[in-house]
Amino acid sequence: MASELSAGRDPQSERAPLHVTHAALFLAFLKMGLLGFGGVAPWVRQVIVEERRWMDHREFASLLGLSQVLPGANTMNTAVLLGDRFCGISGAAAAVLGLMAAPLAIAVAIVELYGAVSQNPYVAAAIAGAGAGAAGLVIGTGLKIARNLQLSPRIILVTLATFVAVGILRLPLVWVLVCLVPLSIAAAWFDPKS
Amino acid sequence: MLLQIAIVMTSLSLLAFGGANAIVPELHRQVVDVMGAMTDADFTNLFALAQTAPGPNVMILSLVGWRLAGAAGLAVATAATLIPPSVLALAAGRFLSRRGDSRALKAVRAGLVPLAIGLILASGFVLARAADRDALTIAITVLAAAALFFTRINPIWLMAAAAFAGIALRVISP
Repeated sequence: MASELSAGRDPQSERAPLHVTHAALFLAFLKMGLLGFGGVAPWVRQVIVEERRWMDHREFASLLGLSQVLPGANTMNTAVLLGDRFCGISGAAAAVLGLMAAPLAIAVAIVELYGAVSQNPYVAAAIAGAGAGAAGLVIGTGLKIARNLQLSPRIILVTLATFVAVGILRLPLVWVLVCLVPLSIAAAWFDPKS
Repeated sequence: MLLQIAIVMTSLSLLAFGGANAIVPELHRQVVDVMGAMTDADFTNLFALAQTAPGPNVMILSLVGWRLAGAAGLAVATAATLIPPSVLALAAGRFLSRRGDSRALKAVRAGLVPLAIGLILASGFVLARAADRDALTIAITVLAAAALFFTRINPIWLMAAAAFAGIALRVISP
């Protein structure tokens, strides 16, 4: 059953081979990058599964699971994995470039534009408000993810320990992760509910 | 400076479990506290501006590179953000793509979830401490968090509302 999960390389799926070109990968991820205001993740499933039908829901869930385990932006990992699956390393590069190029250019333009008008008190007030709002959005995102889980003592304990170590004590992230990642994975391994 | 950017961004991008929001406290610690290259307000402003652009949130690393060292900083920070995690993903994908639902991978994922939540909440806390100067900005933060949590409004509208609230407050009480 695991073999059904990887589309590009399996004998089964070669009955209906998918010809996904570098250009198609680039364009699909360009679209996701440009549509992804406030985070790209919701668009990834929409474009890959619903629109282009490059994989079904189960394959996508498996790919997403791996993307989430790896460090780095989830969407970027998805771009790498999907690009590599269809066109090898150059396909991964095409997907990542598609994802990042346009948003990066827009972001730099926004920062420069802001630099030119930041002396204006109303612009400064707007960006101060936006900064306070952005902080709230990050907090809301964290709470939203927590809401979708069944909160067990394990989850609450690890979440709190991480929050206190990084947010309040401001300990270096690498040491916090070196200590907490193995502990948390071990706890999850022995947690019957996970 | 460029070498420092490369080292900081590479290590950050490899520690970003749960996406870019997880590494905001460490990015803030490195750039504001350790390097002293930006002020608290600069950092918050840059984060807010990055939120108004489309695309993955990791772009904040590229923007910090741009702010610290111009085009070269942007290029170095972007390369450091993209290449190491991509190589890792490539290697992991080739080894693990058939085991997306193995018990070990499930345990890793389940173990990383609470860490990611803790890191994201820590990021929000660090950003809020930098951005909230008075009761009114605290109110904006709380309202934005509540609106995201309780409704399905696109976050870009919440950012716009927060910006307008900032202007309105300035007009009412200069």
